[in-house]
Amino acid sequence: MPEREFRLWRGTAAGGAFVDYRIDVDAGMVVLDVLHRIQARLAQDLAVRWNCKAGKCGSCSMEINGRPRLACMTRMNQFTPRETITVQPLKTFPVIKDLVTDVSWNYEQNRRIPPFRPAPRAADGTFRMMQNDVDRVQEFRKCIECYLCQDVCHVLRDRSRKDAFVGPRFMIRLASLEMHPLDTGDRVASIRKEFGSGLCNITRCCTEVCPEHIQITDNGIIPLKERVVDRYYDPLLWLRRKLFRR
Amino acid sequence: MVDVSELQTFEHDVLVIGAGGAGLRAAIECSALGLSTGLMCKSLLGKAHTVMAEGGVAAALGNVDRRDNWKIHFRDTMRGGKFLNQWRMAELHAREAPDRVHELEEWGAVFDRTRDGLISQRNFGGHRYPRLAHVGDRTGLEIIRTLQDHAVHRGFGIYMECTALDLLLDGDRVAGVLGYWRESGRFVLFKTRAVILATGGAGRAWRVTSNSWEYTGDGYAMAYEAGAELMDMEFTQFHPTGMVWPPSVRGILVTEGVRGDGGVLLNSAKERFMFRYIPERFAPETAATEEEANRWLAGDKSARRPPELLTRDVVARAIVREVNEGRGSPHGGVFLDIASRVPAETIRRKLPSMYHQFKELAEVDITRAPMEVGPTLHYCMGGVRVDSDTQMSTRSGLFAAGEAAAGMHGANRLGGNSLSDLLVFGRLAGIGASQYVKGMGTAPRIDGTQVEAAVRRATAILNRETGASPYAVHDSLQELMGRNVGIVRSEEDLQTGLRELERLKADASGVKAPGASQYNAAWHEALDLRPLLVTAEAVTRAALVRQESRGAHTRVDYPGEREDWQRVNVVVRKRQDGGMETVVVRRADPPKDLAAIAYATIEDLEAGRA
Repeated sequence: MPEREFRLWRGTAAGGAFVDYRIDVDAGMVVLDVLHRIQARLAQDLAVRWNCKAGKCGSCSMEINGRPRLACMTRMNQFTPRETITVQPLKTFPVIKDLVTDVSWNYEQNRRIPPFRPAPRAADGTFRMMQNDVDRVQEFRKCIECYLCQDVCHVLRDRSRKDAFVGPRFMIRLASLEMHPLDTGDRVASIRKEFGSGLCNITRCCTEVCPEHIQITDNGIIPLKERVVDRYYDPLLWLRRKLFRR
Repeated sequence: MVDVSELQTFEHDVLVIGAGGAGLRAAIECSALGLSTGLMCKSLLGKAHTVMAEGGVAAALGNVDRRDNWKIHFRDTMRGGKFLNQWRMAELHAREAPDRVHELEEWGAVFDRTRDGLISQRNFGGHRYPRLAHVGDRTGLEIIRTLQDHAVHRGFGIYMECTALDLLLDGDRVAGVLGYWRESGRFVLFKTRAVILATGGAGRAWRVTSNSWEYTGDGYAMAYEAGAELMDMEFTQFHPTGMVWPPSVRGILVTEGVRGDGGVLLNSAKERFMFRYIPERFAPETAATEEEANRWLAGDKSARRPPELLTRDVVARAIVREVNEGRGSPHGGVFLDIASRVPAETIRRKLPSMYHQFKELAEVDITRAPMEVGPTLHYCMGGVRVDSDTQMSTRSGLFAAGEAAAGMHGANRLGGNSLSDLLVFGRLAGIGASQYVKGMGTAPRIDGTQVEAAVRRATAILNRETGASPYAVHDSLQELMGRNVGIVRSEEDLQTGLRELERLKADASGVKAPGASQYNAAWHEALDLRPLLVTAEAVTRAALVRQESRGAHTRVDYPGEREDWQRVNVVVRKRQDGGMETVVVRRADPPKDLAAIAYATIEDLEAGRA
């Protein structure tokens, strides 16, 4: 079996460094398989977060050769044979240990979002929704909460504006509620003020890294921005609000 | 020494362990009933095993075929479970599943729709009618996210990446739980009046499994160590279709939805071999020819169901036989072909994650080529023995729901009945725990010596100078269970297995994890060995006792179902001296009205004559 070079970031919040490992790799392996092999043979206490190993749970997010990815869906044969594979934790979130970061900030954001508020059931006790009307919402609900989009978002990653912007994941969550045919809530005001839709400058990096191929920017964030614009920046509506103090 | 008063401590009326569907649903119910509720989980919220469920949630909504109703769902479940299911549980499940699915819609779930705008339903193995509400092939994600997003607004305590180690008792009552934070390695004490185990199964005891690292039998072992009884442990479900190639993905699930939507199983001679494996009990309701099976797929309601949709136990055994007799695929499975039967666009729409999974992990385009599949350990039908109505175990204040509990599925679970199980019994466990807590006199007390013993056991792994690698012991266990306690079992293999388990138990008691306790994978792995080994021993012992072949339990030395074994369950419990014992317990006779439904002909049921 061919040996491969791996450089893994090892350390804690107090500091750390890259450590080199040489390990043999079998046909068909993904990066997560190799990390597990390193764990079993060379670095027993290596911290790696994972669950389903099939791209369904979004646990094994990390940065592999500089790109945010799911380790379970990154096949070894996509690297050139002599390429060293460098793996480090998500940069946008604080390190706990090795490849594991503290993503609790995301859970706090989710809790801030006003929950689903359904319209009453139809007379026969059912909810009627047409497939055409739910296609878009179902696209958003494919999200596996891997937070790769959060990791790559400039507003969160480079400008550290976690105080002002919830990030692409939660813009998508807001969109899935706002576009839900049964939902009666109105989150447009909070999308602008509390969740910071204006901070996104549409670079589409989030869309590029989404392992579920959700059109985060075009189908989610831009329509939300339009709703905000319609309500707050339409000149006629603005004038009416001024005049009638609404 | 451990000073209990210095441990981080939380106090709740109820602590739910596990945040998959059953745990989330139970915690939502407890909280709604006014209890102070805590929910602890080994992973981050929303990553539990429920997220991997693909095909759908079974409920007799009758949206796609109006002939469906709870009685037919109940009959299918009993027949699939080879009549070993707890009758009352199967009844509650079939009656209440539709309400639980509608409730999810009210909480924001968006299932695929029929043309009338109702929840669509798909065909699945062992279900008479299209019955599985679904979202493509990512139904589990939809369910866990819906429950999670609903739960975070209920105001109860959620403890993520926090692992339970031991139940603490006050006499014969549950008093609390000792756990540790994975992140820091620090211990945490939960004082509580009741505990609901929603800890799932134990697939990680086998090498080829669809289960994630979390499935280490924690609930089974904690209940067992606390003196509660386990039941039906011999019934471990091998899902017929796991991936077989490349080796690193061996075992990853391929949804039964592929067959529900028209996929067929072929051997190396391109033969649809399932026609040769139709059991007598199912013959009157299964297509006899390919021509009839094709008419069924085209929507002809007079045609019978294709044999690929027989129950999982039957299909898994058939695949093993084809492979053993030399008619397997190149990598030791069989072919699952949907490409030649369904348009590519439909495959991508109905089975998007299967398409994605094969493309990314195996470089196979399932819209053009067949998949290679083989059996993979998927589910434990057995578990903590519970009361059918309250979900309380034989230990006061200890409840179990979902895969952690026994009884609902008998000898074999139908696909789709797990998601409905965890919704129905998660809620009922919440109600049961609430009644127990509200009827309680004095609160139980924590016994410091129990806490101390638990902490010492856990820290010894880090403190000892040398010892075996926990990874190596786990590896040996997986090897052993695959070889000796697999799909087809024999007295000899099981006896050998038991002897080797004794040796592994000795190895496990001396493992060493290097490094500190902070997010230490080796330490976590070492701590998981005890529950894995308790479960493995319980399965092996129960499998030795049951001298027949029924559902997922197949004995080459005792082929076929035997009437007298249908009247008993095998119970596993801890003896006074600390050893494990098995007891054969006689089942109560089935209620007459339920027996009449389960044994009715399908014609009578459809005509309302039962």
